[in-house]
Amino acid sequence: MIKTKKITTPLTDDVIADLRAGDKVEISGVLYTARDAAHKRLVQMIKDGQPLPFDVRGQVIYFVGPTPAKPGMPIGSAGPTTAGRMDFYSPILIELGLKGMIGKGARSEDVKNAIVNHKCVYFAAIGGVAALLSKKIKKAEILAFEDLGTEAIRILHVEDFPVIVINDIYGGDLYKEGIKQYSTVPTP
Amino acid sequence: MRRIHYNDIVDKVRDICIDANYNLSKDVIAAYEKAIETEKSPLGQEVLKQIMENAEIAKNENMPLCQDTGLAVFFVELGQEVYIAGGLFNDAINEGVRQGYSKGLLRKSVVQEPIFERRNTSDNTPAIIYTELVAGDQIKIMLDIAGGGCENMAAHKMLKPAEGIEGVRKFVVDTVKNAGANPCPPVIVGVGIGGDFEKSAMLAKKALLRPVGQPHQRLEVASLEEDLLKRVNQLGIGPVGLGGIVTAFAVHVEIHPCHIASLPVAVNIGCHSSRHKSVII
Repeated sequence: MIKTKKITTPLTDDVIADLRAGDKVEISGVLYTARDAAHKRLVQMIKDGQPLPFDVRGQVIYFVGPTPAKPGMPIGSAGPTTAGRMDFYSPILIELGLKGMIGKGARSEDVKNAIVNHKCVYFAAIGGVAALLSKKIKKAEILAFEDLGTEAIRILHVEDFPVIVINDIYGGDLYKEGIKQYSTVPTP
Repeated sequence: MRRIHYNDIVDKVRDICIDANYNLSKDVIAAYEKAIETEKSPLGQEVLKQIMENAEIAKNENMPLCQDTGLAVFFVELGQEVYIAGGLFNDAINEGVRQGYSKGLLRKSVVQEPIFERRNTSDNTPAIIYTELVAGDQIKIMLDIAGGGCENMAAHKMLKPAEGIEGVRKFVVDTVKNAGANPCPPVIVGVGIGGDFEKSAMLAKKALLRPVGQPHQRLEVASLEEDLLKRVNQLGIGPVGLGGIVTAFAVHVEIHPCHIASLPVAVNIGCHSSRHKSVII
């Protein structure tokens, strides 16, 4: 059994320094949701010099567009979306002090460099287990861009939200390490 | 002629949209069980168990397996002795999608146009509908829930006939390799070979509707499927890309006659949450 680290948002550099690719982590506290459309707007606001709907410093963004909540439930199914689509925008937010991202799938070299240079961490949540992950979300409220529907920015209050460190500040990359360990492709 | 009413089609489509998003079919659960036995990575094992647990939660609590409840893609076999009364067939499908995605609290993931104004249509329509006229007086409606993460990893290539089976192998394996963790492995790899440009792509998507791991009825094709599965699982990508020996549950290949100058190949990847359902009216 791999040991699980428990951390609380907002994240500090000390906490991030202790996280390594392959670590299992449970996050409690607040996460902000944003996908493609919200990222596009956030980055446009930065370019236009407008204040953002939330201060990104120390925060964690979860790349997710949930299903509608059932009556009496905080949220519907809520698993990660492919992070690579946010690669264009993430370095800009990391430079402003964003400390964590949760998604699935590999990131670009630009994002990985920003993670190392500005001390951030990229976590994966398990893709496609959205009903299970929704149980860890205790409260959800729309913060901005309500017109975007599922793509609006939400504040999620989570308890022991399970993730795995993919990219750490030391240049570690679990996706690459995993393939290295298990690939049996014959050498030509 | 047999008369089938618009409303009957709407009701059936509404129900399979919800059912497909809440309940995995038996073949998919069986593929999970087999993968848990096969996988060597401890982390991969844990991931597979969570995938099973997620399926239980979704079924028991009537909630979507995945937040990406997809684009609804329909393959329809319409018996030519059927008369559809009360409205247009495609309208009935779209009305069923509209009702299913609303009633089932499924996510609406369709924008009205691709580049100029990506405004959500708010009801998950229009669906993608492929209709084939067949003999008989029934309508068979097959639904594939196409999530964006895996659909985005699809690829197509017009190979030269001289590239042959080696070229096909390389293209399929490279496509799965490039997809990495993005399409939520273990995946089902749909491969369409032959036909023309769009026919091969449609076959690749249709291949995903086959019960997971059911081999093609032609022996050469079945053995190509087996060979491709072995090669894909050698990549080491593993469950959700964290490393392991189960990268795909199955490779399904469909073939079709083609032009003397052509060898079209299309690959469409389906995620582990393989949501496909069909209904006969």
